[in-house]
Amino acid sequence: MTVPVYDSAARGFLIVEEIRELFRFREFLRLAILHSVAKRYKRSVLGVLWTLLNPLLTMSVLAFVFSAAFGNSLERYPVYVLTGIIFWQFFSQTTVQATHSLVWGSSLLKRVYVPRSIFVVAAAGSGLVNLIMSVLMLIVIMVIWRQPFYVTWWFLPVAILLLAMFTLGVGLFVSALAVQFTDVVDMYQMVIQILFWFTPIMYPKTVLPEQYGWIINVNPLYHLLELFRAPLYNGWLPGPNTMAAAAGVAVMSLLVGWLFFIWQADRIVYRI
Amino acid sequence: MTESDAAISLEGISVRYRLPKEHIPTFKEFAIQRMLRGRTEYHNFFALEDVSLEVRRGEVFGIVGANGAGKSTLLKVIARVIPPTQGRVRVWGRVAPLLELGAGFDPELTGRENVFLNGALLGRPRAEMESRLEAILDFAGVREFIDAPLYTFSSGMMARLGFAIATDVEPDILIVDEILSVGDADFQEKSVDRIQQFRQRGATIVLVSHNLSAIQTMCSRAAWLKHGRVAMIGNADTVTRCYEDTHTRSA
Repeated sequence: MTVPVYDSAARGFLIVEEIRELFRFREFLRLAILHSVAKRYKRSVLGVLWTLLNPLLTMSVLAFVFSAAFGNSLERYPVYVLTGIIFWQFFSQTTVQATHSLVWGSSLLKRVYVPRSIFVVAAAGSGLVNLIMSVLMLIVIMVIWRQPFYVTWWFLPVAILLLAMFTLGVGLFVSALAVQFTDVVDMYQMVIQILFWFTPIMYPKTVLPEQYGWIINVNPLYHLLELFRAPLYNGWLPGPNTMAAAAGVAVMSLLVGWLFFIWQADRIVYRI
Repeated sequence: MTESDAAISLEGISVRYRLPKEHIPTFKEFAIQRMLRGRTEYHNFFALEDVSLEVRRGEVFGIVGANGAGKSTLLKVIARVIPPTQGRVRVWGRVAPLLELGAGFDPELTGRENVFLNGALLGRPRAEMESRLEAILDFAGVREFIDAPLYTFSSGMMARLGFAIATDVEPDILIVDEILSVGDADFQEKSVDRIQQFRQRGATIVLVSHNLSAIQTMCSRAAWLKHGRVAMIGNADTVTRCYEDTHTRSA
């Protein structure tokens, strides 16, 4: 045994090492995801229906209130809103949960060794399970409502993968930041609120005056939303520009989030 | 000592906490303070300071010191829980940390589910845990309660289960923090037996204890920690005697 099993000085490799450690703790990751998903559905006869109840209610209210405003420019407005809300729920819930995750995990992190990124990855994992259930429910609802069936639905896994990469990157970034500064948790809630209104979730992009269109275009979530919504709602595949932008922000986010998290990783246990 | 027969190597290890000088209860106060006074001031607290030591393979190494001297922190550095602020720690081999035995237990889950959860926390795959379940339950002696939620377990039963899981795999290095108080007399005997078995088969043991005679009988070498620094290191008898002397004198 000439190579140590644990070497605190092997810093350069932590970027890769942490991924290996996540794989080694895959069973814990699975249990953590299962646990948080199960908690959601515990003791409910309706089970998975609950996943959609919240977006359904939100959608009903929005559809009722805004149909008059956007109903003319958007056909099948409820479906438009619902795709947006499901998309948004995954992103906001996962990243907000990520800001809390290291504090929640602190009782473990302070007492035993686990890969420090595991709680954020678990948050993204349980969010992903909910997202997939929501999409399936949405498709069921669309069939019941006799919405057109599109072949472009095959593209959804790609859209979801890119969205998950982006979300995980943001989650890693904000979780590491939240450990350094306690106020990040509150500030991020505000950021999420603002982002919601700057993303065309419940209104069509064309609603904005032309000179403000750039605001939507620089919002990375817009491109990811397009990628998600176009095959589901419009029945076409997003154009190459949208695809490139979505793939670009997804990879960038994951890369920056991962590097930042790893850079901060050793300080985490000192701050929680 | 050549590097190849070291099990644990600590080189200039420091663990430094930065504590804010004044208590900051709310975000608002924090922001206001920032605006008025600039950066919050911190003072450094060294839980460990420039600790260097090496534990050879197969050695039973003791650590003594007063409360707050940094013993537990040192064990956590070895167990990878706390990355050192400064210095380098290297560990050769599979570590079984007998610290915080029930750390991963969830009282809402059943005993069985907790076995898998705890195994997962040690990075063990599920299939492996399934094949080891029987042996773990036998050793812990909690077989008949295994499908009851953990909150129905007594603290002794939980400790036994925790110990049984943690020592289920034969470790290269065993980290022991006052382990000799797990469970009832029967179980204590059983757990000490198991540790002795590991030792006979060549496991390295790091033992923290306030029981100086236990350190003297079990350990070959020992270190004395004082305010986060190594006050003395060497033969277990000598170190414990010096430690005892200063403490009876000051008492």
